[in-house]
Formats: sequence, structure tokens, C-alpha cells
Amino acid sequence: MSVLPPDLDEAGFATFLEQLRGAVGADWVWSGEADMFPYRDSFSPVWNTGEERHASAAVAPADVEQVSEIVRIARRHRVPLFPISTGKNFGYGGPSPNVNGSVVLDLKRMNRVIEINEARAYALVEPGVSYFDLYREIQERGLKLMVDCPDPGWGSPIGNSLERGVGYTMPHFRDHFGAHCGMEVVLPDGEVMRTGMGALPGSDTWQEYPYGFGPDPAGLFAQGPFGVVTKMGFRLLPLPEYYRSGMISVPRRADFAKLVDHVNYLSDSGLIGEVEFGSPLSALMGDPQFLALATKTGGPSNAEMDAAAEAAGLHSWHVELQIFGPEATTLANWNYASDRILSDIPGAIAIAGDHFPLPATDDQLDNQTQPYRSSIKRRRSLGVPSLGAWKIVRDDGHVGFFPVLPRTAEAVFEMQRVLGDAMKEFPTLPPFFNALTMPLFWHTHTFQMVFAPSIKHDDPAHNAITHAAMKKCVAVAAQHGWGDYRAAPIYQDDVSDTYGFNNHILRRFHEQLKDAIDPDGIIAPGRGGVWPRRFRS
Amino acid sequence: MKILRGPAIVLAASAALCGMAWGQSSNQPIVRNIERPDMPGRVIFARQCAPCHGTAPGDDGSPMLPGTAALTAKYEGRLPGLLELRSDLSAPVLNLFVRRGSGAMPMFRKAELSDADLAAIADYLAATARENASLAGH
Repeated sequence: MSVLPPDLDEAGFATFLEQLRGAVGADWVWSGEADMFPYRDSFSPVWNTGEERHASAAVAPADVEQVSEIVRIARRHRVPLFPISTGKNFGYGGPSPNVNGSVVLDLKRMNRVIEINEARAYALVEPGVSYFDLYREIQERGLKLMVDCPDPGWGSPIGNSLERGVGYTMPHFRDHFGAHCGMEVVLPDGEVMRTGMGALPGSDTWQEYPYGFGPDPAGLFAQGPFGVVTKMGFRLLPLPEYYRSGMISVPRRADFAKLVDHVNYLSDSGLIGEVEFGSPLSALMGDPQFLALATKTGGPSNAEMDAAAEAAGLHSWHVELQIFGPEATTLANWNYASDRILSDIPGAIAIAGDHFPLPATDDQLDNQTQPYRSSIKRRRSLGVPSLGAWKIVRDDGHVGFFPVLPRTAEAVFEMQRVLGDAMKEFPTLPPFFNALTMPLFWHTHTFQMVFAPSIKHDDPAHNAITHAAMKKCVAVAAQHGWGDYRAAPIYQDDVSDTYGFNNHILRRFHEQLKDAIDPDGIIAPGRGGVWPRRFRS
Repeated sequence: MKILRGPAIVLAASAALCGMAWGQSSNQPIVRNIERPDMPGRVIFARQCAPCHGTAPGDDGSPMLPGTAALTAKYEGRLPGLLELRSDLSAPVLNLFVRRGSGAMPMFRKAELSDADLAAIADYLAATARENASLAGH
């Protein structure tokens, strides 16, 4: 499907493309159906419908000077640009833009690892660098640093952090935007800006002190339409000497409250890395009677769930802990965690898990040595990028809704009930929310839950159900104070609408900023629900 | 307080809600890794394709990587699940799947994988298929 940029005719588009070719070379500008097909969102629930967003062209600059030149050309022609890094934002829109006819600013060619400083534990990279690339560079140079990576390793540290993506190691590294330090941005007029200490000529602390002096605008460029990030620094974890895991289970449903409180304390105290909550009762979900109980409208009572657990001889919950550090301190932390929880929760059991020095061997990375059945994904837990997680992709892809909730059992049980009941309207979808749905401890101080229904390119009826369920989930969650953390362009306005305190003052503030620096909407208009005046009508 | 060390108790871990997607076969032929430093497609394949379509086992106990597992299930023995054993993946065929995607595999853009890269991968796969067939014959 060929489309034109907004307010531009064929002749104007041809002139615009010719100027882009002049800036970057003819080999790095694409248009037409065949070359633009890979810029569609292959995980889109509105695939082949009128709601799908299509780009008109793509341009791939080699350096920041070319990015500035492209932005200036786009500004002259009033053409919206949609920047992508490695273009792997699947489940959240992939490489497809908010506005039909946008030109994708494909930054994949800007793939330099500019600096890795082992002693000071940071890296400075360009947007086209993937987690695979960064990890490979660290390995090839024999540096003792750990990358915190998301599940698929082909993503970009810059792209992922600008989406506020997450990883799986220690708390302050899992928040990928929170772990960034210093960025370089091309603004909507083509000017190049550096944040934090990068603004001070001669500074040697750009990747160590993020704020510099005065207001720090870095947050505007995450999920926002205010500039094109061309460099970004990241704090890295010194490679821990040792890794240790273990599992603690508790017998009763109500025990989850204390278990969560203890895990919060251990995490906030820096004693543990990412945890995996689970329920041994999930083994019963194949039993129709138990499935009916776990998905009961209004939720089952604690007594009903405890009776089912007792009948099956299973505990209600478990948590898998992961500990990093010197061998002696990992053991001390595990013993402390076990003692703390088992002395407070009657009937709790602790099982010591796999433990070994880092870097891990291939067998340890393959996770074949855990003495119990584990939900830990070993590679991601150790910061080793992989595409092994792609095995969870059902059908042709999925979309993701990950509402943020407090780190309490009360909130977990409430979300299970509320969203479980709301999703009964869509009986063909898996029961994502049920009495066993676990919280994800990804971001540093909150829980999230997962709703990720699949899409099928050749089944518009199925996709329509997924699409409707996504919108309903966003709306119902917001009624209870739970907001999504990240969304595909087709849902960004819905999610933005839910952050409506004081007559949407946050969005109005962003719109004022957008109108001031980019009234024609050259940079990603609509991203994050922020529209410039030109497109607001 | 009771702390058990080692595999004394096995607790069932919670099933991932997204679930496993593909059936996996134990009949996968063994591919012999062919070192072809003379072929630029080897490194391109290793970086762009092998993380999903390579010979390594999958993560966390999966016998195969996701792409290899998906093709093994799809072809049911009619064709190898491993791309390095396939003799029918010319550049135009690769171009079709890479640029249009297939199932859970998304499309790849020219900015990340050029037509020249695809041609180099096709040459590498043809060589590995040939050499594996030759080795199998011995």
C-alpha cells in the first residue's frame, strides 16, 4: 500500500525524496510497496484494515550530521519523521508510525559502540547498536561488565530504553531508561543538543552524572515526540563474581501478602536481583474443575483455593530468588532471605538452587542444572542476549498491555479479579487474568501484569477481538488506577487519555512544548499521545 | 525453620501464560558446523539468522532454537528444519521470506539486511548444504 505524507502531493513527495537522496545517497532512501512492506507492524491487530498505519518512505542516515540534514529537509517540506533504532519494537508497533505517510528515519546504520569504560562501568552507543552487538563487543574485549537486556537480543539499548523497556538483573539496571546516563538529540530544527554533563564542553562525566545543571529534559525523549536520539550512555553492572538462585514456597493463598513484603524488602535493600513469582497450582489448570475455580467470576475465596491446594498436596505460591555478588555474600544473602521468610510464614519451605561463578558455562546458560522446575530464563537473567524467547510468540505475533500496580498482594488479587471479570467478554482469548496470575517484578519499585493476546494476519475476526479486548483492558484498568506503561501507536491515544489528572494537564503541557518547538509535527507527531497543533484537529 | 538443600523437593513452576508455541522433534539431523571464513555470508548468517535458526539448543531446556523448531514442525521431516542443511534457499527465495516475513518471523528491512547480504547468505547456505551432504555420504 503506497501512501503520501500529509498535505503533500506526488510531485512534492518526489522532490522531497530527491533531496533525501542528496543527503544520504540513493541507496539509503526507499519508497514503494515492496521496500516499505518490512516497515509495517507485523504484530498489528489492525493488519490490513483501515486503522493500520503506513509509512510512505524510509531513509537511513549514516551519522548525526545526516540526521540533522534529514530533519531540516523534512521541516522544509512539513513531512513527519518517525525515528526507529533497530526497528524491533514488536508488540508495541514495530517500525510503523503514528501518522500515515510518515517517513521512517531508520537509524540502523548508526551502529557504533562509541565507548565502553570497564573501570567506570558505562557504555556510549548509537541507536543502531543491538544488545547482541554490545554484548559481543564486551566479550571480544574481555571486559568484566554485564549488560541488562530484554528478552529478544536484537533490540537496541537506545530504542528499548526510550520505550522504557525492562531487563532482568539488578533493580536499578532493569529500568533501562533509569539506567541511561547522558544523551545526544537532534531537535526538530536540526540542532544537536546534549543532555547532562554532555552540555559542558570538556566534561569527562557525561556517562556518570545525568543531570548537569538546570532542568533536565531527558525524560521528554522517552515515549515522546521531541527529538531524535543519536547517542546515549548507559550504566553497566560490573560482572558479578557469583550467581546463586533458590526457591521459597508458602502453603496458603493469604501467605502471598507476607511473601511479597519480604521480597520487596530484599529487593529494596539491594540483596536480590529479579525474582520470578509462581504458583505450584498452575499445574492444575488443565483440570476443568480447577480452571473454573481459578477463573470464577468475582474470584475464588482464599478458603476455596486453599482447599484445592491441600487436596493436591501443593503449596499456593513460590518465589524464585536470584542473587549476584561475591560467592560468600550470595550465600549469606540466600541464608538471610530464607531465614527471614521461613521464620515469619508457617509452613514455608526453601530450596537452594543452582549457583556458580560468572561468567557462566554453556551448560549453565542452557539452564539444565537447576534442581527444581524453574521459570527463570537463565540467559536474560545473566544479561546474555538471545532470541530463544521468540518461542513464546503464538500465531503471527501479539500485542502487549502491562498495567502498573503496587507491590502488594492486595493489589495483585484485585487486578486478578477485576481484569479477569472484564475479560470474560472475550471467551476465545486465554484467561490471562485469573486467580494464579503472577505479578512481574520488572521495574524497580512496581509490579506489572501481562495481557498479550495474539494476532493472525489471515483472521480479521480474531484480530478484532484482540483489538477490542486491548481497548477494554486499558479502560477498565484505568478505572481502578492502573495505567499501561507502554503502547503501540494504535493504542497511545487510549492510554494517554487515561492519564487525565486535572483535565489532562500533563498532556496539555506536552502539547504546549510540542507547539513551541515543533508546531508542524516533524518528529513523530502523536507519539506518547502528544500531538502538535497541526494534527490535533 | 526448615531449609532443604538440593533436589529433595520438586515444586511445579508456574506455566508461562504465553505458553510454548511449537512442537519440537527429537529427529533433528545433526548439522556439522562448517567453517567458511572465505564466505562473508557465514558471519552475516551467524549474526542475523543463527540466533533463531541456528544449530544451538534453545533456551532453558528447549531442544531447538525457535526458528529451527518452527520449521521442523512445519515440514514434518519433508525438509530439514535447519537452514544450513537446505539446498533450496536461493537468494530470491530468501528474499521472499526475509522481506515478507513468515508466521512469527517478522520482515527484515534493507537497512539491516541488504540484498547483497541475502545473496551472501544464500551462497553460504548452499555451501553448507553441499558440504553436509558430502559429509553425510561418508
